[in-house]
Amino acid sequence: MKKFLALLLTLVMALSLVACGSSGEENTGDTTDDSTTEETGGGAADVKIGLICVHDINSGYDAAHIEGLTTACEELGITANADDPANSQVIFRYNIPEDETCYDAAVDLAEEGCNIIFSDSYGHQMYMQQAATDYPDVTFVACTGDLAANSGLDNYKNIFPYTYESRYVSGVVAGMKLKELMDAGTVTDPYVGYVGAFPYAEVVCGYTAFLLGIQSQVPEAHMDVQYTNSWYDPVAEGEAANALMARGCVIIGQHADSTGAPSAVQAQKDAGSVVYSVGYNIDMLSVAPTAALTSAQNNWSVLYRDTLEKFINGEEIPVDFAVGASEDAVMISKLGPECAEGTQEAVDAAWAGIKDGSLKVFDTSKFTCQPSTDGSYQVDADGHVTSAFGLDSDGDYVNDTGEAIVDGAFQESVLRSAPYFSLRIDGITELNNN
Amino acid sequence: MTQVKSHEPLLRIAKRDSIARPKAWAIRIVAVLLSLVVSGVFIFAVTKLNPIAVYEGIFDGAFGTPRRSWVTVRDAMMLLCIGVGLAPAFKMRFWNIGAEGQVLIGGIVTAGFMRAFGGDIPTPALLVIMAVVSLLAGAAWGMVPATFKAVWNTNETLFTLMMNYVAIQLTSYFVAAWENPVGSNTVGVINQQTRDGWFPALFGQEYGLNVLLVLLLTVGMFLYLKYSKQGYEISVVGDSENTARYAGINVKKVTIRTMAISGAICGLAGFIAVAGSSHTISTSTAGGRGFTAIIVAWLAQFNTFVMILISFLLVFLQKGAIQIASRYNLNDYASNIITGIILFFILGSEFFINYRIILRGGKEGGAK
Repeated sequence: MKKFLALLLTLVMALSLVACGSSGEENTGDTTDDSTTEETGGGAADVKIGLICVHDINSGYDAAHIEGLTTACEELGITANADDPANSQVIFRYNIPEDETCYDAAVDLAEEGCNIIFSDSYGHQMYMQQAATDYPDVTFVACTGDLAANSGLDNYKNIFPYTYESRYVSGVVAGMKLKELMDAGTVTDPYVGYVGAFPYAEVVCGYTAFLLGIQSQVPEAHMDVQYTNSWYDPVAEGEAANALMARGCVIIGQHADSTGAPSAVQAQKDAGSVVYSVGYNIDMLSVAPTAALTSAQNNWSVLYRDTLEKFINGEEIPVDFAVGASEDAVMISKLGPECAEGTQEAVDAAWAGIKDGSLKVFDTSKFTCQPSTDGSYQVDADGHVTSAFGLDSDGDYVNDTGEAIVDGAFQESVLRSAPYFSLRIDGITELNNN
Repeated sequence: MTQVKSHEPLLRIAKRDSIARPKAWAIRIVAVLLSLVVSGVFIFAVTKLNPIAVYEGIFDGAFGTPRRSWVTVRDAMMLLCIGVGLAPAFKMRFWNIGAEGQVLIGGIVTAGFMRAFGGDIPTPALLVIMAVVSLLAGAAWGMVPATFKAVWNTNETLFTLMMNYVAIQLTSYFVAAWENPVGSNTVGVINQQTRDGWFPALFGQEYGLNVLLVLLLTVGMFLYLKYSKQGYEISVVGDSENTARYAGINVKKVTIRTMAISGAICGLAGFIAVAGSSHTISTSTAGGRGFTAIIVAWLAQFNTFVMILISFLLVFLQKGAIQIASRYNLNDYASNIITGIILFFILGSEFFINYRIILRGGKEGGAK
């Protein structure tokens, strides 16, 4: 026994000595590295990228970012391998909440030698901005953020795809199904439900585009929105979907990052109800094989690629960068098995219309609003919007930038990259906006 | 074949009367080393990675760059501050599980003052005001359960725990009220441009003032508990309320006063967190540290200097865990398991410090 103990202790001592010795060396090596790497625009081999994710790969939204950045890097000849971080030019930081942790993570990435750092969630941006102030030689890009233009910093940027376009097209898919169900007499009330994360412009813009897409097929369709007040909460999203289905909703759309809603819809469908799901970010067929119609998707790789390309070439990255279907930055996932006949044709027509400009998603003749109570928009006698604020970032009800209604349509993501469409149109009821 | 000795069990456990300090520390160090070996086996079994490389990653995560070292120091100071705040309450055997809430309340008032008066009042004066109000707010938050305990003998564990949830809801309320930019669900960095009400750099270090304040508190609390009359009263009340009463100590007064001090220091921790490090307020301002600090206080047996060590160890492990998660593409849970194993061994070592194991046939076994 004593011998064994002695042996064990010796082993422990030896191991710990080795551990201490090597970690000391590692330490000094790292500190010398840091001073040499903070330059901008030195070719693909010298670029080092950081990505701050609000969740990890289990969240569809973050998975889209991780995949997008990885694809963009492959196209540009940058080594990005999440499974082999030692040989990767990209450092991923997962599960970084939207608080001061983000600042620590951003600064830490800068110290690790990253020369361009991305964050993927809206609430990260204030902390990214603070890091951008402290590290003027490093470029910070807050995806979906909206503060860069007013920050006065030239190393702080925002990017965002025209997600509303893919929302609209996914709405067309849902509308086709709804029309088929109504023609067959299975459904009489074209009642749609939507699981939204927060009552922000980003979500409002998305569900409005979704309903407008449905209404392009079923003009009398109407929608209820249930907020979960979280970007990622599988349980709450499932419960919200169940609540909406209990109210009689036939199609459940979502702007939340988990598979909670499609799973709940599939369960309800398996129990015999006529219900379908339209997802977001990722193909939902794996969790809802018969209930999923399609998902609205962002192709982040396009935005990452264009941004990184400019960065590597030493060109100026636009403060606000947004592109859409015409650059393949948005798309919808594979159509589900129960989609209505002719859906693919309708989808193709919608994409073509969006790309050539003949189809405007927020065409003011296609929706009506109640008269404004705060003066942020004007409607004519029929309720069609004639003028609206573009940006009012400080909430003082004074238009900060240009007019948002141009040529009879609301110009989304033009005045800045992040969505600012927050008109509440007729036909949509927010069940729990507090 | 059957001898007297066979009646003796293989192992016996006996309480130690006392243990020499070097021996106690030797046991603790062996526990830490053993825990590293066990974690190493776990790491290898799960990931096939070289455990030493993973330990290297842990070290790198905590001290890899000067900035990381300072973040580690900052977070350790934060944990230490709360631990120091808990010490008098626990020494009095008053189970203050409410540090989380006391920190948040201190943080809320600090953030409120920072938002409202940043720019109007010069930063040094504002810092003093914020420190005072956070002390008062924390003290008030701590005195509520203490008063109920002293007057109606309510259960302080439940009471302080429930006060946490009230504080968390209040924090959420103010986060919603102060949201910036609107729709982000976060207060954002308060006074980002002007840095009004932020801790100034001390000795050229961003977090220098944090360290100074917390170390002053640590020394102060050590002296208070060990050498002051009030500190003596606290330990008497903790050992036996009846003895305390017999000795003429006003137990009610001591209970309320001690919890006021405990809450006040935790409130000040909220001030340090908001003004000295995060410059924002959210429910993660306390971030579970109110609970982790309980481990710190207990492991250190309320000796505030030992707390410094324990706080550093815990923060070191946490920072390292984050680093290895990202470097070796493990998820956070793997690194939490490692932290868990190490904590388990450290807590387990206390058993061997308080008890000794007597093996059959050992020297003592025969002597009996």
